[in-house]
Amino acid sequence: MKFTVVVFPGSNCDHDAYHTAKHVLGQEAEFVWHKETTLKGADVVVLPGGFSHGDYLRTGAIARFSPIMTAVAQFAAAGGPVLGICNGFQILCEAGLLPGAMLRNRDLKFHCEHVGVRVDETDTPFTSLATKGQVLRIPIAHGEGNYFADADVIADLESSRRVIFRYCDSRGQTTDDANPNGSVNSIAGICSQGRNVVGLMPHPERACEPVLGSADGLVLFQSVLSQVAAHGEMRTAAS
Amino acid sequence: MSAVDAAILQRHGLTTDEYDRIVRSLGREPTLTELGIFSVMWSEHCSYKSSRRHLKKLPTEGPRVLQGPGENAGAVDIGDGLAAVFKIESHNHPSFIEPYQGAATGVGGIIRDIFTMGARPIALMNSLRFGEMDGPDGARTRRIVEGVVAGIAGYGNSIGIPTVGGEIAFDDRYAGNPLVNVFCLGISHADALVKGRASGIGNPVYYVGSKTGRDGIHGATMASAEFDEKSAEKRPAVQVGDPFMEKLLLEACLELMKTDALIGVQDMGAAGLTCSTCEMGSRGGAGIEIDVVHVPQRETGMTPYEIMLSESQERMLLVVKKGREAEVERIFEKWDLHAAHIGEVTSDGLMRVKDRGKVVAEIPNSALVDAAPVYDRPTERPAYLDDVQRLEVTALSPVAPADALLALLGSPTIASKRWVFRQYDHMVRTNTIVLAGMGAGVVRVKGTSRALAMSVDGNGRYCYLDPRRGAMLAVAEASRNVACAGAVPIGATNCLNFGNPERPEIMWQLVEAIEGIAEACRSLNVPITGGNVSLYNETNGEAIYPTPILGVVGVLDDASKVLARAFRGEGDEIVLLGDGFGELGGSEYLKVLHRLIKGRPPELDLDRERRLLELLARAASAGILRSAHDCSDGGIAVTLAECAFDSGGIGCTVDVPPLATAGNVPIDDIRALFGESASRAIVSVRPSEQAALMQFASAAGVPAKLIGTTGGSRLAIGVGGRTVIDMPVATAESVWSSAISRHFKGRAA
Repeated sequence: MKFTVVVFPGSNCDHDAYHTAKHVLGQEAEFVWHKETTLKGADVVVLPGGFSHGDYLRTGAIARFSPIMTAVAQFAAAGGPVLGICNGFQILCEAGLLPGAMLRNRDLKFHCEHVGVRVDETDTPFTSLATKGQVLRIPIAHGEGNYFADADVIADLESSRRVIFRYCDSRGQTTDDANPNGSVNSIAGICSQGRNVVGLMPHPERACEPVLGSADGLVLFQSVLSQVAAHGEMRTAAS
Repeated sequence: MSAVDAAILQRHGLTTDEYDRIVRSLGREPTLTELGIFSVMWSEHCSYKSSRRHLKKLPTEGPRVLQGPGENAGAVDIGDGLAAVFKIESHNHPSFIEPYQGAATGVGGIIRDIFTMGARPIALMNSLRFGEMDGPDGARTRRIVEGVVAGIAGYGNSIGIPTVGGEIAFDDRYAGNPLVNVFCLGISHADALVKGRASGIGNPVYYVGSKTGRDGIHGATMASAEFDEKSAEKRPAVQVGDPFMEKLLLEACLELMKTDALIGVQDMGAAGLTCSTCEMGSRGGAGIEIDVVHVPQRETGMTPYEIMLSESQERMLLVVKKGREAEVERIFEKWDLHAAHIGEVTSDGLMRVKDRGKVVAEIPNSALVDAAPVYDRPTERPAYLDDVQRLEVTALSPVAPADALLALLGSPTIASKRWVFRQYDHMVRTNTIVLAGMGAGVVRVKGTSRALAMSVDGNGRYCYLDPRRGAMLAVAEASRNVACAGAVPIGATNCLNFGNPERPEIMWQLVEAIEGIAEACRSLNVPITGGNVSLYNETNGEAIYPTPILGVVGVLDDASKVLARAFRGEGDEIVLLGDGFGELGGSEYLKVLHRLIKGRPPELDLDRERRLLELLARAASAGILRSAHDCSDGGIAVTLAECAFDSGGIGCTVDVPPLATAGNVPIDDIRALFGESASRAIVSVRPSEQAALMQFASAAGVPAKLIGTTGGSRLAIGVGGRTVIDMPVATAESVWSSAISRHFKGRAA
């Protein structure tokens, strides 16, 4: 199965996503430069973390205009699994593939640390092998990860069970102390209406090998592997 | 002197003697552009004119050294056909004037030095010195701390190179002159190192990256002068960093280096286009001719003088093979960069600068590079030494050990730096296998079984009290930190931060320190592969502590054997490697508890140190150690506390050996607990491995003593059978973890 990792100018977790897909999971992986227009037969598309276009103007605001984003939108519309990590999540929001936006962290500081992330929904391609309420220990690394949307959008996300990940303490409680950036309702990640596009600020690709201090992020990648294997038609539907 | 008068010379930081030397080497009076070019190339920053003859004493060769000093960075062989390319550099002066941009551009500069060598940068570290956060200059210091940390984070995070660690110390001697030393390490194929040299007559010279503006003109000259109240007015000489541009340059250059179209490349750092042009020509034994009209410019009306001296960031100079231009330009265009063809390599050994075809400067490279003045400045042992080296420990009023421990843990120099490290992305690229603050910085090398450990260390207070021994201790501590990660130290880089070398007592400190580094590096088998000298670190006539910072790199053949400082489980045995002699001279204890900067720093026996380093690496690779932590600042008590911190609250019960000479007076307990004797480490082992460790230690000739066990939730520390400290780990840890962050609580930015 093939992971396509989109590379924007300023992406810097592209190699990490590639490494996880190729060397940890043993799957096919390929980079696609943002000026290209096709996803090269992707089964899964990853928009990696980083500082696309230097985060100038606004995070993700320039990357959404890259030629490749048309293909990403088509792939998503056809039900293909898309994972946006950190800056990739910000790009998905700017591109309108996911609702909301990220504000600066409430203490105005960049945070790089392991945090607790609770899996709230398991009916997405990236959480199908997780259990509801499972607490993952995964790093965050962002200065602008404070998820925000207006009250109507939040209500809609909650009622349609599209909040997939929330920041939590080690027992799974979504306390204010356990919220590293001030996100509304401790939101760490959400999915699209079709549930196939998932964006999150934490970096699961940095937590896929015990030598890195945690392998809790693997469940996202293993989930999508099992999903794509189970629905072989996905690829034909999307490409 | 006709057109050039004393005022012009002073503005250029040149002496009359130096001017005469310029006239002699040119055989005529220089033009103003030429004078500007000479002034930056002959500045202390670029020419090392005060330190050069002493730097030659450093050992720079060894079986693993692939590139010693003289190129953009040094390189050592790490096996598997790979090289570690690394260097440390200072950005002290700019960081005082504009903390965020000063620190950010320091990071940008050292990264360029690494990828210029053809290596992909994979780790950053830094060594920082600030004033006291609650001293008389506290408010300004906190602003500088916040700005420097944010600047390092802003640049490193954006470009996507992890800042895997570093060290920070606070002392009011740095209040008006903070130190920002930045270290970068990259990986390259050992046979594919790229050199900064120009060759091949007629080969095109390209300029790539940001446009040239008026920022940073005479930055190198500024970095070679003392500070005074007017320094803030020098702000225009500090550059502004653009990490996004550098990310594009990095990727484009690495892509270009995979082809064979490139001859040589150099970044435009200090002294900008001037330095890169003449150094590349000089190294390649060729000349370079450029026309400034082709140099991309950000502002209108720039003169050749300004273009040649600008220190605008994120710019590279490349020499490529003639006939391969289209291929080179295509690669840069892919990354939305414009490669400007600004000149050619010539055979005449001259740096020739034209402005629309008219020659405005024509100087032999040899005059700029090789004929730069070299000074043998007078030295004199400072008068203050006799007084400060005298220490009467028995005259100290005793402090309860538990109170002393908490005071030390709350000293920002010892306290947790988490508030800082958390702002650095220290995990990007998924190689970091020891998280920042947990020991040496350690990154695995993907595609191999190996990992690289690195540490930057230096103790200005020690060097103030005895520069030679202090510098030796810096080499030892950095090497020991690397060994505590389980690695064999294989190479070093140094950054020498000192005051005004024109003062004989400062020059004496510099020479003593260099000789100390040379002796220690030779004995510990860590050749110096490059570095940087930062002089004139003074404000209003007061120099910083002499502060040599050593960056040591080590290799672990088996990354899975890596070690960190924290205890790993209950019931492990704690072993002290090395002997303590109760040395309080220059200690953190004396400074924090008694406000004394006195005594001589700990003795260093390099043979003992080398044996300890070998033992640590050998025991680690045998897999018998669970944790290892260097015993330095704050002595054995602080070291034990740090082993308990971040372990999930695992305590310990330990009995520290009393001093051999102990007379059972309170100060002897203090000396045993907080003395900073060198060549010691605290390790933990499973009980089943203790005998094996003792055998290793005995074979290595290192004293090893079982001093306690891990477990419980308290720090229970005794001396000679009497418990003198007994407190919950949580109490100690909360003091330690909040000592820095509390200064920034409730602040919006």
